[in-house]
Amino acid sequence: MANSENGKTMLKVEDLNVYYGSIHAIKGISFEVNQGEIVTLIGANGAGKSTTLNTVGGLLKASSGTIEFEGKSIAGTPAHKVVSEGMALCPEGRRIFQRLTVKENLEMGAYTRNKAEADETIEKVYEQFPRLKERFRQIAGTLSGGEQQMLAMGRALMSKPKLIMLDEPSMGLAPILVQQIFDIIESLNKDGTTILLVEQNAQMALSIADRAYVLETGRIVNSGTGDSLLHDDSVRRAYLGG
Amino acid sequence: MLTYLINGISLGSVYAIIALGYTMVYGIAKMLNFAHGDIIMVGGYASFCAMSYLGWPPAVAVLFSIGVCTVLGIVIERLAYKPLRSATSLAVLITAIGVSYFLQNVALLVWTSNPKVYPNIFEKIPPITVGEAQISGVTMVTILANIVIMIALTLFTGKTRMGKAMRAVSEDKGAATLMGINVNFTISMTFAIGSGLAAIAGVLLCTAYPNLVPTTGAMPGIKAFVAAVFGGIGSIPGAMIGGILLGVIEIVARALVPDVPSDIFVFAVLIIVLLVKPSGLLGKTVREKV
Repeated sequence: MANSENGKTMLKVEDLNVYYGSIHAIKGISFEVNQGEIVTLIGANGAGKSTTLNTVGGLLKASSGTIEFEGKSIAGTPAHKVVSEGMALCPEGRRIFQRLTVKENLEMGAYTRNKAEADETIEKVYEQFPRLKERFRQIAGTLSGGEQQMLAMGRALMSKPKLIMLDEPSMGLAPILVQQIFDIIESLNKDGTTILLVEQNAQMALSIADRAYVLETGRIVNSGTGDSLLHDDSVRRAYLGG
Repeated sequence: MLTYLINGISLGSVYAIIALGYTMVYGIAKMLNFAHGDIIMVGGYASFCAMSYLGWPPAVAVLFSIGVCTVLGIVIERLAYKPLRSATSLAVLITAIGVSYFLQNVALLVWTSNPKVYPNIFEKIPPITVGEAQISGVTMVTILANIVIMIALTLFTGKTRMGKAMRAVSEDKGAATLMGINVNFTISMTFAIGSGLAAIAGVLLCTAYPNLVPTTGAMPGIKAFVAAVFGGIGSIPGAMIGGILLGVIEIVARALVPDVPSDIFVFAVLIIVLLVKPSGLLGKTVREKV
């Protein structure tokens, strides 16, 4: 936490409501992410974690509520312009472009930036993920699950986001890879990127998070520091297996 | 025989150019634009009017026709297909058929059903003789145009920022949006390119077969669709190979069994390909790991 701006509110979500057709998926949640933090949203399947991230990222429309990024409302911003504000979403299930090469996937991540900036960032991403550099010409669909996750994260980093939102980065990965992905998240954070993490692996998420919110059927039912929730009885019972 | 082969390649090249438009739109917007053939017809009329009524030189008329069709493609997409972006593919398909009939009937109103005789705009190019076969100017231009277009499209989708964005949109619109790609604009551009190609196909088709009526584009459109499926829909080289093979099959069948309508063979080929290799000759089969 070297940056003097640390601690300033970066993302502020207030009284957010989201519907899927007639289903009220998000019921008036409020939370914030401060500069330099790792914040995690935990909760069971269907609690609304991904819906929240997709709404902040602009893929879904909120029916009411405010989303402010660095003091600027982004609720009405077209989805493809959100990334230029300095916010990147690494979606659930990775959703890399299977038929594009590794390098082309990364280039797409820098779509809103000029080529010189993109070339500079791609070298940094290659440093962070040497595996991607080794395989830059390979068709992305042929990568292993762990490599695909790295590609999805690398692609999100290509826009040089101030805030990166990661949706279930550990999903479907072997335990050793899960550890590796969480190490990478921590190192990204040390390099100055603010992180909003959605995870089913509550244990891992809480252990690296500064703060956390617990979602249950579209509502925030608990919040606190990562450490305090890790030792909270109700959280332990519901999400940590005792 | 050589004459048939060359004529087949020439007709096939027209199919290929139409099929490239089909395949671009299908590959990226994931929809079958059955009005594509009728955009060819509009391209034919637009260039015909520019030359015959306005007296414009052929080169200008061709550019004008490309412009008209490009705008038409964008407008059709905006008005007819964009509102159906999240509808079922059946709804989009039926709408496309509706647009096709709409264009044909508008053409019928504007230009009537009397055939227009399209001028041979390549008559100044002297034919060359290869053995027993004579290759006309329009044949040479058609084959050349086909090759140039295929190479240009391959480079465009493979190397340019916009082309890569189109491929990204074709795979996952949501993920493409997250990259900052304007999906609606990208799809518009796809229609613009496909329709511009249709204009070129219209000019070449009408020059080779100078009988221009409102249904001129319908049959070649359907055959080009067969060609695109034959080659593997969504694949650029597939559309070219499919188009040329189909043209050769059609002309050779017409020569060998003149008593049987050659279209029977064309559609028999489609059925056989769909039975044996549903993804087409160069169809993409993607291995996906999760």
